[in-house]
Amino acid sequence: MPEFLQFLFSGLTIGAVYALVALGFTLIYNASDVINFAQGEFVMLGGMVTVFAAAAGVPLPLAALLAVIVAVAVGLLLYYLAIEPAKGASAVTLIIITIGASIFLRGIAAIVFDKRFHKLPSFAGDEPLRIGGAAVLPQSIIVLVGCGVIVLALWLFLTRTLAGKAVLATAANMLAARLVGINTSRVVALSFAVSAAIGAIGGVLVTPITLTNYDVGTMLALKGFAAAMLGGMGNPLGAVVGGLLVGLLEAFGAGYISSAYKDATAFIVILLVLFVMPQGLFGRTATERV
Amino acid sequence: MRGLLDRYGSTLAIAALVALLPLVFPSSFYFRISALVFIFAIAAVGLNLLMGYAGQVSLGHAGFFGIGAYAVAVGPTHWGLPVWAALIVGAAAAGVLAYLVGRPILRLKGHYLAVATLGLGILIAMVFTNEARLTGGPDGMAVPRLVLFGWIARGSVPWYWIAGGTLVLASFLAANLVASPTGRAFRAIHDSEVAASVLGVDVARYKLVAFVLSAIYAAVAGAYLALFDGLVTPATAGFLRSIEFVTMVVLGGLGSILGSVVGAAILTILPQVLTVFHEYEHAVLGLIMILFMIFLRAGIVPSLGMLMRRRG
Repeated sequence: MPEFLQFLFSGLTIGAVYALVALGFTLIYNASDVINFAQGEFVMLGGMVTVFAAAAGVPLPLAALLAVIVAVAVGLLLYYLAIEPAKGASAVTLIIITIGASIFLRGIAAIVFDKRFHKLPSFAGDEPLRIGGAAVLPQSIIVLVGCGVIVLALWLFLTRTLAGKAVLATAANMLAARLVGINTSRVVALSFAVSAAIGAIGGVLVTPITLTNYDVGTMLALKGFAAAMLGGMGNPLGAVVGGLLVGLLEAFGAGYISSAYKDATAFIVILLVLFVMPQGLFGRTATERV
Repeated sequence: MRGLLDRYGSTLAIAALVALLPLVFPSSFYFRISALVFIFAIAAVGLNLLMGYAGQVSLGHAGFFGIGAYAVAVGPTHWGLPVWAALIVGAAAAGVLAYLVGRPILRLKGHYLAVATLGLGILIAMVFTNEARLTGGPDGMAVPRLVLFGWIARGSVPWYWIAGGTLVLASFLAANLVASPTGRAFRAIHDSEVAASVLGVDVARYKLVAFVLSAIYAAVAGAYLALFDGLVTPATAGFLRSIEFVTMVVLGGLGSILGSVVGAAILTILPQVLTVFHEYEHAVLGLIMILFMIFLRAGIVPSLGMLMRRRG
């Protein structure tokens, strides 16, 4: 039982980060139909900028804020310099642009920072809590609570604010949104900014546990993408559930089956789910109109 | 005559290129780079059958590339197969795997297909990393030389001709295929699966044909690369390699065989040139990918074609 709880907690912790990446995918996809493979780089920027700002003597909370600001700036630049000019291009072309952007950002990060792994101090100490015989790091609790707060804040933003409703309207029907006077280009830019902020916060929260380096974004983007698909692309709730599921699958797969195939368990399950439910767990069945 | 030129124009252009390039090569280094270009172009031409003609995305083709590469490493080392036989077994294995997983996977559309093929590619790469007793694990393993009738294929010049010859053959076969009823079925599926099936095209079957063929092309290319390098590592089958293949196809032009060769050339030569920039290599590569995709959206060869038609 303690073993089970241990896997449960570690799975939820890493799953929460996947959920944030998947949420970022979903936000951008809904607003613009773009699959942003540079989403993992926002997480990397969140961790790396915080580490280096903190090392330069900036207090940790300020360093984290700075990291989020940098990520948001990068997200906006990505949209205005690379996505907006390619408006109307095919889905594959846009995917390649975002992959190009991810390679570019990784290359820049390797130069500006370095290629080593870095750690942040835990926000609430390293003394593990005992829960039902399992050892849980306080930082894990912070990651989970932090992700919960982000999801709640995003939900409030989307349903209670005018800007949020504009995002939903653009997601539902871009042309109709434009007709009622919504500046859809600015809405899409906003979705890039919010996605970048969410990813960066995830990076700040998780770096004390998982470490970070210039290259962590790739795997995170793949897992986040898989999680978003598992949940049903474009469904924010699905993204969160999908992220947590991928994290749990990984943790239990590594614990009970094989740690060498840790990354594989998630993908095998996703393949199986897609075979049975081609739209993902929460996806709508879209009918193709001829 | 005109029709023949339309059908085999790109094959002729590639054949002329392979035959004439050595005349201007100042050193054997150029043979090496060109051999690499031809090897990757074989995989890109195959993937273009799937993506450019049948309109189905695959983010996992490096998996099939890796199967070909590891076949010529594992077959001779562990099971005593002759290298050429291992190459055939590898291509067949990739084809069979594509056939088996293709049916369920190809039911998926768009991004769902992308994530499924992505998962498949990652799973295959993971097997190469983890089954260390067979594959040497993360460090990879040595690959024996190809021996044909007592002649050992070693070095850049022989491989230039082997890969170049195979590329010409591969593009000839692809050109024939896309001009055949199968090719028309591919294009019908590309335009609209619903319309194609209304016209009586067995959509599932033709998608599977394209998937299996592209897997075989990739496996042959993978085997060539392994034999040429004399070494194979899990990175051969990695996610970034899959992305490279997709980029080659889209960069050169979807539905253009010559375009795939151009795309392979750019993505192979560019990193060689960029080593001048040392640490800026990746940043510049990413930047170039973005710029090409923004300004030459239809791909290089089709964009140039359109430009010439407008002038002419």
